[in-house]
Amino acid sequence: MNLPATTLANPPDKLLATPGAIPLATPLAIALEEVQYAWPGQPPVLSIPQLQIAAGERVFLRGPSGSGKSTLLGLVGGVLLPATGSVQLFGERIDTQSASARDHFRADHLGFIFQWFNLVPYLSVLDNVLLPTLFSTLRKQRAGTDPASEAKRLLSALDLGDEKILQRPVTALSIGQQQRVAAARALLGRPRLIIADEPTSALDHDARSAFLELLLREASAAEATLLFVSHDTALAPLFSRTLALSDLNRAAAPAESVGA
Amino acid sequence: MTPLFRLAAKSLWNRRGTATLTAFAIAVSVALLLGVQQVRTEARESFANTISGTDLVVGARSSPLNLLLYAVFRVGDATANVSWETYQKVANHRDVAWTIPLSLGDSHQGFRVLGTSTSYFEHYRYGRRQQLRFTAGKAFADAEGVVIGAAVARELGYRVGDPIVIAHGIGEVSFTQHDHHPLRLVGILAPTGTPVDRTVHVSLDALDEVHRTPAEEAAAAAGLPLDTTPPAITAFLVGMKERSTLFVMQQALNTYRGEAVTAVIPGVALTQLWQLVGVADTALLIVAAFVLVAGLLGMLTALLTSLNERRREMAILRSVGARPGQIFGLLVSEAAFLALLGAVAGLALQQGLLALLQPWIEAKYGLVLALGSPAALEWAMLGGVVVAGAVIGLVPAWRAYRLSLADGLTVRV
Repeated sequence: MNLPATTLANPPDKLLATPGAIPLATPLAIALEEVQYAWPGQPPVLSIPQLQIAAGERVFLRGPSGSGKSTLLGLVGGVLLPATGSVQLFGERIDTQSASARDHFRADHLGFIFQWFNLVPYLSVLDNVLLPTLFSTLRKQRAGTDPASEAKRLLSALDLGDEKILQRPVTALSIGQQQRVAAARALLGRPRLIIADEPTSALDHDARSAFLELLLREASAAEATLLFVSHDTALAPLFSRTLALSDLNRAAAPAESVGA
Repeated sequence: MTPLFRLAAKSLWNRRGTATLTAFAIAVSVALLLGVQQVRTEARESFANTISGTDLVVGARSSPLNLLLYAVFRVGDATANVSWETYQKVANHRDVAWTIPLSLGDSHQGFRVLGTSTSYFEHYRYGRRQQLRFTAGKAFADAEGVVIGAAVARELGYRVGDPIVIAHGIGEVSFTQHDHHPLRLVGILAPTGTPVDRTVHVSLDALDEVHRTPAEEAAAAAGLPLDTTPPAITAFLVGMKERSTLFVMQQALNTYRGEAVTAVIPGVALTQLWQLVGVADTALLIVAAFVLVAGLLGMLTALLTSLNERRREMAILRSVGARPGQIFGLLVSEAAFLALLGAVAGLALQQGLLALLQPWIEAKYGLVLALGSPAALEWAMLGGVVVAGAVIGLVPAWRAYRLSLADGLTVRV
């Protein structure tokens, strides 16, 4: 793997003190400060004193289900609002913005890949990849004069260049192919942050490596920050930095220790 | 917004099976509603068109409705007759253009027999002042001739030249058949969609001869002179030379001291009568409206059921930046589109059925249901269906909105 030369791994002592922090003066993609989230009438499910991810980083976030992973992604994605604290993306504080501004920000700057069922079943492969251009003019502009050919370029870069595959209904694709279509969609129009939530857990071993390799290559070609969430620590070495949500999240810590 | 509509269209196309059924349910109810509305309109029209060009209907003193019912619709019986003298007095009045005597009370095979004069075929008007036409034969010229309406001819299978026997009294079975006095069919009228179709017309003289006592019969056979002036008639129709004299004549008749008679203006009495009959057809419209509501509720059910399987799709759309408001709009536009589809298909269905059934309805009921572009009220109904569809769409849209807020980006299985 061609990882960036300047890895942003923190010194161990610093990591112990504040596991989500990185050195100052680095442009930040994600910055959470004193963030707490609780469902109404319940104790906080998420309490993160600090989480910082630099622009261009590829971060492996180890987060088993129940660790507050969905909540964290909801906060970063701008669909959830913290009870306290601040959420900044690329220097912009999104938790104080209106709901529609946050949706707009997400459309412009974020690409998501989920564990499964990433594709809209009634759209073609190409239309699925082009979905972000419906909601973001910025992504549409960045996809070039002809977004469809850019989509095809991304698909072929992800080994889906075959016209026959493009013609197939998305439900007829293999899981590995579906995940690559989802990756192409997340990459289209070069969003600044790509969030992949267990994108490989439905794949077998070989497909997993192939998928990751392609994703990492295309993410760095698009100069995107990558936040990769998985419980499969075997993948961690491919990333520039590894974080454990259980270390970041004080609210989940007791539950983790009980389970351990 | 256009790409989003395309998205909605593709989503709907993906569920075209249920969507078609949903739209079809709406279409059927829309067709029913439009059909009922059209029958209502045409029935009212045809009702109002039963008689036209007649200025006054005059009969023995009774309620205007009763007079109209027996004189024009051949329903019920007169309580008393009008004397020939009174009739002659009106007929010879200087302001009166024409009169048509009507003498009812006999029947033929269950059809009412109307004794009248040839002025009936000349002056009687229905619909948009249409004159009676003959499909076969011509008007009677003597006491032997009979002219029948289109429905009588069709149901009894009569042809010009057939002998006709008149029964005294009304009803299918009559005990006193006037068979000693055979009459002959001389004319068949074209369909009018009015009670004329179900009437057997004879001359007043014919009725008179039918009703002769054996003594009179014997005298006639002996060649003795007879008083051929009819003793009385049931009612008569009046056409004025100038419409301005109409009210004066009505007033004069209603206060006439020589005989207790009632004169009504047909239009006014028809409106009164329609107010009675109209209740039933309003009830019919209400039933049709409820069927439409059922159709729209079917759509609501289908949309709500589809929501669960579409949560995944909504989370994907949310993740690429769709606002909950856009998800909301997607659902509302889908409902409105289904309703529009249903309305258009319903219109087509109604027109198609009409084209198919129109000849039969016209032949059977004399109701002329015109094809063609709907009237303003029908357009308003169709528009109302689409609006109602969109309004009903607010329910699943609101639910999808709440779901997409709650689900966020979490793709649930």
